[in-house]
Amino acid sequence: MNTLFDKIWDAHVVQRVPDGPTQLYIDRLYCHEVTSPQAFAGMRARGLKCLRPQQIICMPDHNTPTHDQDKPIEDPVSRHQVDTLAQNAADFGLTHFGMMHPNNGIIHVVGPEQGLSLPGMTIVCGDSHTSTHGAMGAVSFGIGTSEVEQVLASQCILQSKPKSMRISVNGALRPGVTAKDVALYIMSKITTSGATGYFVEYAGSAVQSLSMEGRLTLCNLSIEMGARGGFVAPDETTFEYIKGRPYAPQGAEWEKAVAHWRTLRSGDDAVFDREETFDAADIEPMITYGTNPGMGIGISQTIPHPQNASDEKALAYMQFSAGQRLVGTPVDYVFLGACTNGRIEDFRAFASIAKGRQKAAGVTAWLVPGSWKVLEQIKAEGLDVVLQEAGFEIRQPGCSACLAMNDDKIPAGKLAVSTSNRNFEGRQGPGARTCLASPLMAAAAAVTGVITDPRDLLS
Amino acid sequence: MKQKFDIIKSTCVPLPLENVDTDQIIPARFLKATDKEGFGENLFRDWRYEADGTPKDFVLNNPAYSGEILVAGKNFGCGSSREHAAWAIAGYGFRVVVSSFFADIHKQNELNNFVLPVVVSEDFLAELFKSIEADAKTLVTVDVPAQTITNEATGRSESFELNGYKKYCLMNALDDIDFLLENKDKIEQWEAEH
Repeated sequence: MNTLFDKIWDAHVVQRVPDGPTQLYIDRLYCHEVTSPQAFAGMRARGLKCLRPQQIICMPDHNTPTHDQDKPIEDPVSRHQVDTLAQNAADFGLTHFGMMHPNNGIIHVVGPEQGLSLPGMTIVCGDSHTSTHGAMGAVSFGIGTSEVEQVLASQCILQSKPKSMRISVNGALRPGVTAKDVALYIMSKITTSGATGYFVEYAGSAVQSLSMEGRLTLCNLSIEMGARGGFVAPDETTFEYIKGRPYAPQGAEWEKAVAHWRTLRSGDDAVFDREETFDAADIEPMITYGTNPGMGIGISQTIPHPQNASDEKALAYMQFSAGQRLVGTPVDYVFLGACTNGRIEDFRAFASIAKGRQKAAGVTAWLVPGSWKVLEQIKAEGLDVVLQEAGFEIRQPGCSACLAMNDDKIPAGKLAVSTSNRNFEGRQGPGARTCLASPLMAAAAAVTGVITDPRDLLS
Repeated sequence: MKQKFDIIKSTCVPLPLENVDTDQIIPARFLKATDKEGFGENLFRDWRYEADGTPKDFVLNNPAYSGEILVAGKNFGCGSSREHAAWAIAGYGFRVVVSSFFADIHKQNELNNFVLPVVVSEDFLAELFKSIEADAKTLVTVDVPAQTITNEATGRSESFELNGYKKYCLMNALDDIDFLLENKDKIEQWEAEH
């Protein structure tokens, strides 16, 4: 009761269906090319137009290659899907940031950086990592394609209200510990389904001290603990980040908006359905050893003994053993990017370790910015030069090797240290083995060729 | 996809693994279609086939098991929101998925595609896996009007949750858009007030 989640959700209730779900008004719908074509086809079959086209933003990101984006996509099936989105956006009168458009990138990177995702909003997209936008102080969650069609048609969605949960992380994070480690740590404690059925508010001094990039990473991973979404109440850090962004309110509208946003916080008397509290000092750099994101350990720890057939299957797939430490394990691939860690701060972190060192000879490294704007900032800060001198190449933006729908596939049996969000079997390519970690851990692996505690390389 | 639900009595296909994610149900490389057809052929593709298409030792390749009901370990459908997973399950011919726990988005995707997710207790699930292991021809009855599921081998029955709205939709083959379009005046009223 009286949580920020209640306030935002309740303010968007159009009606409560008797013995059924809530009809919830949606402020912002994002569409990408993979989960929208069947929704647009459904609209055509019913002869419908979008109710509120100005609230819908489209961009391709999953299929886009990370090189030669000025040329047509080579894979004809990928090209068709990307072209279909462009055609659908044109036919239904929707804003579309196509490939090579200066605003293109991964939806969950672009929305916040353009000021399209704002505090107090309800935001949906046919993508489970829509939870990312919760960092802006919004109720933001992933939906299926049938639900995308609902929003296209009615700007509403039928949805049962999730329960509320507060996860507090108190104290100061230790050096070398990032938002990614915080999320992997929470998951390792509550499991990959520990927050299923809940909407999470992240709180506590460690969360409040995170930058917006850090909060976006933390909220991004809410779905990996099963939560429908996660958010951080907006504060001065949020307002500072949003101010002046292209689609953010300007002038008098800005002052009015901020005044409203300041009211967006859980009441002192708020009652959550569940509370979890963690101590920031207990968190060390994390890495996953299994085939779901909850199967993670601190870098100094050993792989725990399997509890059931599913755990055994995971260890067999990863070719790891219980009791093993991961430090020193040879690494074949390193991936920096994705909606989880494809922002400027992630490239700064990676570069801080790469600077003055060289990429290990046996490692293939893919560094993929989350958007053209991120790439622009990388260049403005000279990080491209630092990375090039260390033997790294920066690619063009997109989802890339996070789910390998383009050509960026990790070959079967190869081990990747990846800043993405899922280590599921075959996620980064059939047979690929994925260890999830922070950009610092990824950089440490890239320059040493083995899994390495990044704190050993921090100056 | 739209089909009316009543009483389904069928043998089952058992998948006693936990945390089955939607990347396993349908791998990302099969998500490039722009329609909903053909996903059933690639259901559990990488557990079902080698890279060269040779069938693996997997339950869908075992002729002993068949039926309209998939029985899976807890936290079924976690991970990606891809509705293609529900299209693959429906396309293969399953009408019911039984588990002790479903991931939220996938559960909703199943319902929106007229596949019924039936949540049972851990005990019921464990006993059902045992029944199927003892006899692959074990029948299960899912009675949607009564909201009960029965393991016919043991006679054990449980009721399952299904809200009245969705039950009406399933039994009458109606979807959410039909409902929303009928309520356009309420949407405009909400917008006028905010």
